[in-house]
Amino acid sequence: MPLLSLRGLTRRFGSTLALDGLDLDVAAGEFLTLLGGSGSGKSTLLRVIAGFEAADSGALLFEGRDLAGVPPHLRPLNMMFQSYALFPHLSVAGNVAYGLKRDGVPRAERDRRVAEALAMVGLSGFEGRAPQRLSGGQKQRVALARALVKRPRLLLLDEPLGALDANLRERTGFELRALQRETGAAFIMVTHDQNEALALADRVAVLEQGRLVQLGPPREVYDRPATRFVAAFLGAANVLEGEADGQGGFACPALGATLRPTQLPPGTAALALRPERIFVRAAGGPETVGGVVEDIAFRGDDSLLLVRAAGGALLRVSHAEEDGPPPPRGAALRLGWEAASLVPLSR
Amino acid sequence: MRRLLPGWPSRLVPALPGLWLLLFVAAPLLVVAVLALSWAAEGVPPFALPWAVPGQGLNTEALALALWDGYYRAAFLDALLVAGGTAGLCLLLAFPMALGLVRAPARSRPLLLGLVLLPFWTGFLPRLGAWVGLLRDEGWINSLLQSLGLIEAPLPLLYSWPALFLGMVHAYLPFAVLPLYTALSRRDPALEEAAADLGAGPWPVFLTVTLPLALPGLAAAFLLVFIPAAGEYVIPELLGPPEAQMVGRVLFQEFFQNRDWPVAAALAVLLLLVLLVPIRLFQRLEAEP
Amino acid sequence: MRRRGLLARAGLLAGLAFLWLPVLLLAAYAFSADRIPFQWGGFSLRWFAALGADDRLVEAALLSLRVALGAASLAVLLGGAIGWVLARQGPFRGRALFGALSGAPLVLPDVVMGLALLLFFVLLQRLTGWPAERGALTILLAHATIGAAYVAVLAQARLAVLAPELEEAARDLGAPPLTAFLTVTLPLMAPSLVAGWLLAFTLSLDDVVVASFVSGPAGTTLPMQVFSMLRLGLTPEINALAVVILGMALAVLGVGLAVWKMRK
Repeated sequence: MPLLSLRGLTRRFGSTLALDGLDLDVAAGEFLTLLGGSGSGKSTLLRVIAGFEAADSGALLFEGRDLAGVPPHLRPLNMMFQSYALFPHLSVAGNVAYGLKRDGVPRAERDRRVAEALAMVGLSGFEGRAPQRLSGGQKQRVALARALVKRPRLLLLDEPLGALDANLRERTGFELRALQRETGAAFIMVTHDQNEALALADRVAVLEQGRLVQLGPPREVYDRPATRFVAAFLGAANVLEGEADGQGGFACPALGATLRPTQLPPGTAALALRPERIFVRAAGGPETVGGVVEDIAFRGDDSLLLVRAAGGALLRVSHAEEDGPPPPRGAALRLGWEAASLVPLSR
Repeated sequence: MRRLLPGWPSRLVPALPGLWLLLFVAAPLLVVAVLALSWAAEGVPPFALPWAVPGQGLNTEALALALWDGYYRAAFLDALLVAGGTAGLCLLLAFPMALGLVRAPARSRPLLLGLVLLPFWTGFLPRLGAWVGLLRDEGWINSLLQSLGLIEAPLPLLYSWPALFLGMVHAYLPFAVLPLYTALSRRDPALEEAAADLGAGPWPVFLTVTLPLALPGLAAAFLLVFIPAAGEYVIPELLGPPEAQMVGRVLFQEFFQNRDWPVAAALAVLLLLVLLVPIRLFQRLEAEP
Repeated sequence: MRRRGLLARAGLLAGLAFLWLPVLLLAAYAFSADRIPFQWGGFSLRWFAALGADDRLVEAALLSLRVALGAASLAVLLGGAIGWVLARQGPFRGRALFGALSGAPLVLPDVVMGLALLLFFVLLQRLTGWPAERGALTILLAHATIGAAYVAVLAQARLAVLAPELEEAARDLGAPPLTAFLTVTLPLMAPSLVAGWLLAFTLSLDDVVVASFVSGPAGTTLPMQVFSMLRLGLTPEINALAVVILGMALAVLGVGLAVWKMRK
């Protein structure tokens, strides 16, 4: 039995559907990220699971038990808020002990577990500190300790790394994963950052306008995006519009070519092509298209070329550093790729 | 909207204070309106409700009197003029004060702000008493001037229009400083620096940036003084000349001395209607960020 | 820039002098032995003694204190609830009316508020026999109603800057609604409620007009007594009384500043 099952979950705000018939299973001990832009419904989903919003229809099952009508304080899960929501009138230890107090955990055990939780996040010795006098990273750890000290089977995290500096984010991400393995709790983490989603999760769920558009391991979601939205949102793939010609080819007028992907299921609406899967060639090949470099951006380990194809499309092309200096602006070149790199998109 | 309390408690929580407000705010205001349409009568209390007098119905005389009689109209005019004058004088004094507060070093600002607001807590009547003591015939100012040989006989300072305005401005000045201070401290100091950087001298910066940005605060300060000042009773009674018959004073007299409750209620209703305009304006200003 | 800064500073100092000089002069002359309030007759505390010996003043002061304590406490309960409803309760039927009524005492002139409440009490007594007589109780009810409006504004402003996530976090950690309110919302609202209590207390201690309307022959509050004394002219006892009030106010400012410094 999955730990958490969502069945046809729907939530309406006025005329907009924040959640549109969502189905999702979360296994015990799993690290799932909910990835989506603003307004995709990912935060609403978290609030519905935590019990702060009620679903208009659909079911929410925790270990098979329906949570509908169960108020937040009786739900067997905890949440870490994006703003951390640390109680400013309580010390660090007071914050962490809050949930244990509500459960009537005796004083001695409470103290022991608070100390344990603070040690787990590396904040031993900060017990008496006021939350206002902590750094951003420290606040994040207190919030994490406060949510984990109750040993929930499921932890909800709303943009847990969002308020941190870029260099702190990577390290904290690794720590989050280590904590998740250590506690064995399932994590559902909301994020709008694709790198975070791919790096941390066992599975990534991509949300668009309240619908689950793709669910799978990070590599699969990255390599085989299902829709235009996923292709563009994750890794900013090139989306090639066109039509199947009925003979195994896909006519792409904006590219001025007919492409031959290895798979072309019926109903293919467009093809995705990752910038790093495009080769820059001097001479022609089987799958090649001519183009002119319009602009170049140096990105450290590679350069991003904006190439105007003969048919008018603007392609994003990654040029690796080890391949030598990138072609200059205005240079004419030919672009090529493996047939397997073309991913059919259903929508 | 987030609802934390499900079911019946979410309806009960507004119910109790709501009931209080209906009982002690809405009902009294309604009663005033009814009284304004009642008949004056001999007895205790000295009125008869409109439906208690057979064959007479509503009494519109009190309202008509309050509306059309020259005496009452002058009372309203006096009140509006004094309130407007007080608010204007308060702005003149409060604007440099608020600017001074904003520009004061952050360290001393709480103390200065406290000194501006503390008169709220020092008692309204003792402060008026101070003016009585300063201004009367054998008061401090007259004694000083006489001992310096500047005047022979004491000047009639108390119970005059200037005394009335002095007392009014003194009482209401903190009301004007506070909204101006909030408005000025919320604005971005870089705006004035940008104007200076673009070539504006100190006065042009003040006239083209500081003042226009402070306009909503100035309007709020004006109204915050004007609204309570228009109904003032105590200050004209203690400091003003006998002819300063502001509507608050007239209402008091009608009620306590003439015991004409319907006319007093009619005056209250009219005062409320007159003040509805500045009150709405003030609420509009407050609603805007 | 510099010259204008100087002008603003001069304006601030002039304004503060205008606000404070009359009060300070009044206070200083309270220590003068002379019967005429603004004439120096040597240092003396006789007016403070006279103040304590004036039975009517002392009685009025005790009544005022009792009324103000009760009214401020009731105002905090009511105003806190009103502020909470306005800030946290979602939409409900009659919300617009609720908001308008809660703000009305802030903008209505004292004469209107006082007259309205008196007429209401008179009519209520006719209909139900209650309140049997007007005095401390009716003044307390009137002052609590007015004070609640001020407390509500402060409480609502405080709640507006408190993230609702704090209450949600408490709920998420296992606190039922009432516990979440008592352990998180209420402690965080406390500063605004304390400020509101002080404001309601001073408003009650300072009010002449509303009290004059809703009081009966038995209930003369300190401001009513002082007002009737001032109508006849300033007496040295009032000087002394001003010093007492000023001292209390300065103590409050001192405590406030100390708390502000501590929290920094």
